[in-house]
Amino acid sequence: MAVTFSLPTVLARLADGQATLEAGGATLGDVVAEIATRYPRLAPRLRDEAGGPYPFVTYYLNDEDIRFRQGFGTPVAAGDQVVVVAAIAGG
Amino acid sequence: MRGEEKDDPMPVIAPPPAPSLAPATPAAGARRVPPRPLPLVCKLCGTPHRPAASATCEECLGPLEPAYRPDRALPDARTIAARPYSLWRYREWLPFDGDPAVSLDSGFTPLLEAPALAARLGVARVWVKNDAVSHPSLSFKDRVVASALNAALGLGLDTVGCASTGNLANAVAAQAARAGLPAWIFIPHDLELGKVVGTAVYGPKLVRVRGTYDDVNRLCAQAADRYGWGLVNINLRGYYGEGSKTMAFEIAEQLGWRLPSAVVAPMAGGSLLTKLEKGFREFAEAGLVEGASPRLYGAQANGCAPIVRLVERGGDVLEPVLPKTIARSIAIGNPADGRFAAAAIRRSGGWAAGVSEEALVAGIRLLAETTGVFTETAGGVTLAAALALAERGRLGPGDEVVLCITGNGLKTVEALQGSLPEAPIIAPRITELETLHGRDL
Repeated sequence: MAVTFSLPTVLARLADGQATLEAGGATLGDVVAEIATRYPRLAPRLRDEAGGPYPFVTYYLNDEDIRFRQGFGTPVAAGDQVVVVAAIAGG
Repeated sequence: MRGEEKDDPMPVIAPPPAPSLAPATPAAGARRVPPRPLPLVCKLCGTPHRPAASATCEECLGPLEPAYRPDRALPDARTIAARPYSLWRYREWLPFDGDPAVSLDSGFTPLLEAPALAARLGVARVWVKNDAVSHPSLSFKDRVVASALNAALGLGLDTVGCASTGNLANAVAAQAARAGLPAWIFIPHDLELGKVVGTAVYGPKLVRVRGTYDDVNRLCAQAADRYGWGLVNINLRGYYGEGSKTMAFEIAEQLGWRLPSAVVAPMAGGSLLTKLEKGFREFAEAGLVEGASPRLYGAQANGCAPIVRLVERGGDVLEPVLPKTIARSIAIGNPADGRFAAAAIRRSGGWAAGVSEEALVAGIRLLAETTGVFTETAGGVTLAAALALAERGRLGPGDEVVLCITGNGLKTVEALQGSLPEAPIIAPRITELETLHGRDL
């Protein structure tokens, strides 16, 4: 079983319109790398030039902001759910 | 002019024609045609977007802002002063073509001078911008919601809502009820009773979410994406935020068309600081005020101070925190405008301060005892931060300071439990009063 990766509409259009993807890897960074390879247009909106999370999206792994864990280095397991949300919201 | 004290020696502009009071809503059965929301433009990359319920740039995911026509006709001070007392007197700087259809009476709250606070802070003058008495829901969120609901109607949306720490929930619920719009409102499950009751009473679909405000915010970002609702601080955010500028406009007008040297405001998502900067700048560009823009000072509780820490640390990478403070209305650990607020503060030559829980409670009491204004926890944070900034020499003897008091203390009475003296109970006999007479209660 892979990790489920959910995208907002504004990013799904860069992934052939798919709002939910699946990918695998040992860490969240691995999962993002696989998806970025599959969808090159999406890649620059997932990672910044240094390979870190793109500053205008927030990643949640099983409902927890990954910045409270190990960022892209956070280990993932089969069945985990990753939600990507546009960061400009709220307040 | 409403908001000035009778004996205020401020210079006064030539008397304008008598303004009329703003009606709350159009007459029944005579609903106005909604205004047309302006197109949007990305604040970062400049990509234009058509008017829409979207706050995120399709190219870079940066924040969208309304695109005002630079050649539009702008009113002079006399024309503005003759208009009804509401935030719509500044309509040329709000994101619409056409007249507003709903929420016509929000804005134009009092600006009152506070000489006792000036003495306490060691500055020349202090004023309190008192949004604790904002119409209709007693917080500055009435301003942003007035703008957002007109955008919702103009975009043809049939349902509105928000993610809220409380004040926004009150404002959306109240104004949506008046506008006849269904509202979905999401709040953390453990908000203060006053905030919950002050929302539920208007009859919205109120949902309490297990988690912090940041959890609520994430859920709402997904909900706006899925259901197409107009969530005012999510997908209507570009239109919503512009309402905050009216606080800056009112400060300038109520001071006699001039600017203070410093403004202290609470920070939650950080948007208010950025919009104060924008509002003061727009009035200067329009020739309505002259002189230097105020130094902007941001206030947070130490238990949730990610923007203060960013200002102190420098750079533009905000580190989110898990909020732990009684100042629930500003307890946002992952503020969307944090980096922009920090940048605005630095550009202005201002600074930021975090305060303890004890200091914010003392701030609530000090404001009440010196000005007669009862503010909620965020207002206590603001005054406590001003005291801390003055102590550190950030505010000086020549300063004219405005404190932005953004909410009403009756919503957060829990914060004062145990900090006020207990009133004695006596029988209705003069002899019992005699025992109290002369005692320090």
